[in-house]
Amino acid sequence: MSGVTYAVRDSATMLRRNLRRMARYPSMTLMLVGQPLLFLLLFVYVFGGTMGAGLPGAAAGGRGDYLTFITPGILMMTVASVSIGTAVLVATDMTNGIIDRFRTMAIAKVSVLTGHVLGAMIQTAFALVVVVGVAFLIGLDSGASVLQWSGLAALLALVSLAMTWFAVALGLASPDPETASNLPMIFVLLPFVGSGFVPVASMPSGLRWFAEHQPFTPIMDAFRGLLAGSPAGPDVLWAVGWCAVIGSAGYAWSRRLYRTRAAH
Amino acid sequence: MVGMTKETSAIEVAGLRKAYGDLEVIAGVDLSVPAGTVYALLGPNGAGKTTTVRILSTLLPADAGQARVAGYDVRREAERVRASIGVTGQFSAVEELLTGRENLRLMADLGHLDRRRAESVVGRLLERFDLVGAADRRAVTYSGGMKRRLDLAMTLVAGPRLIFLDEPTTGLDPRSRRDLWGIVRELVAGGVTVFLTTQYLEEADQLADRIGVLDGGRLVAEGSAAELKRLVPGGHVELQVADGERVAELARRLPGAVPDAGALTVTVPHDGSLAALRRLLDGIGDDGAVTGLAVRTPDLDDVFLALTGRPAAEEVPA
Repeated sequence: MSGVTYAVRDSATMLRRNLRRMARYPSMTLMLVGQPLLFLLLFVYVFGGTMGAGLPGAAAGGRGDYLTFITPGILMMTVASVSIGTAVLVATDMTNGIIDRFRTMAIAKVSVLTGHVLGAMIQTAFALVVVVGVAFLIGLDSGASVLQWSGLAALLALVSLAMTWFAVALGLASPDPETASNLPMIFVLLPFVGSGFVPVASMPSGLRWFAEHQPFTPIMDAFRGLLAGSPAGPDVLWAVGWCAVIGSAGYAWSRRLYRTRAAH
Repeated sequence: MVGMTKETSAIEVAGLRKAYGDLEVIAGVDLSVPAGTVYALLGPNGAGKTTTVRILSTLLPADAGQARVAGYDVRREAERVRASIGVTGQFSAVEELLTGRENLRLMADLGHLDRRRAESVVGRLLERFDLVGAADRRAVTYSGGMKRRLDLAMTLVAGPRLIFLDEPTTGLDPRSRRDLWGIVRELVAGGVTVFLTTQYLEEADQLADRIGVLDGGRLVAEGSAAELKRLVPGGHVELQVADGERVAELARRLPGAVPDAGALTVTVPHDGSLAALRRLLDGIGDDGAVTGLAVRTPDLDDVFLALTGRPAAEEVPA
């Protein structure tokens, strides 16, 4: 078999290993999916009435309109939340003797990391389906066509790929699983300082500048456009661009750390 | 001649060096392990044992020196080395959320064994390592000894002809230790070469054809267990003495005796022979001064004391 065939086969083996670990540790997945769900319900039912009325222009309305407004932020938060689990799993690998075992075996080196990335993407897809399902159950209204839904799914997959590679790097860089579980927390909170929960125009100028320029804002705006059935080209392009930056930085950093870092 | 050496040597190391900053961990090690034999690297914590294993198993690049493992250069032909070796590290390398069987299957898949062969190898290893009853339980529920057995079984799935065992019995109870020794002996009987590290002379003594004593990154002695024991001035006899006056008196009278007035003991060097023991007893007399006696064979402490001039227990910086 060629090197590529081995890389695929070893990655599939590592993927099975990670899916098994996730299945055996369901409380972790539950926590990762529960976090964005909690924010969704909290924001819709506790703050939704007031916040919805405060939305500017045509969007202004009630609880239901606020649900529509924050769904993109909740999707972003879901992807970020699952990346916590990825960082923890990677860091656990690195603090355990198992990583040295893998490194002394004649296997495709990249497979240890691709196994994590593929597993995390499946976990993210599961989490997103649950979150979107609940959003629909509580009354999400979407004007998106099948094509736009496919576009949203593709963009979500891209965002999740980028965030996962970054989470893998954070896991490799963490001295222990505890640190690994704290580092990605910033990504869970980043949608708040962006267009996730309030229009950025309502923020004071300094914060507003940050909110307008941070990577999650165009990504969430692109989600919002696709969900509404009226995607804006520039948002989507910016979103794809940021994913490319975050993903390739995460990938390069991961490879470098994996090569140079002994198990700690 | 060079070609012959290569064929029969599982490990060839010359002038190996490794430093972390200013701290030299391996300071020029040469060693050779013939195929099909057991080599034990003996030394206290921080002597450089684990670093040596990490270099030889491709985990760590050396700063200088040559190392060939299974006929391949560890630096330039790392992939080929990895395909030839099995490594059981100091820290448990089992996947705790998976069952014993799943752990072995994981190794079989990564070793690219086909399904039928994987199943037969996994079944055989479970049996051989006495894990059949626990095969479908998660490894997190295993005892320390069972985890070590599973760890070693995982190392053997792909059928390596050369295995590294880094302190395989540290932290194990005496029975598990003995079980593991039995397994190592079986492996060797099957033609596998074993390179192990240990802090226990007894372990090296039980298993190894050759023992290298590592101290501060240098091999201070090398040989069979019997040869090493000849290097040290034997063990000692410890006499329990009735009172402090007698301690001082015996210490003056017996050659090489070391008194301990606090513990009321006198330690006398002893070469292990019956004749010497008889001479010692004759010299003590029968007046009730000595209330007890213990003969100690050479242990790691004695070997270290003799070879390095300080006890093994004294920590060398890692």
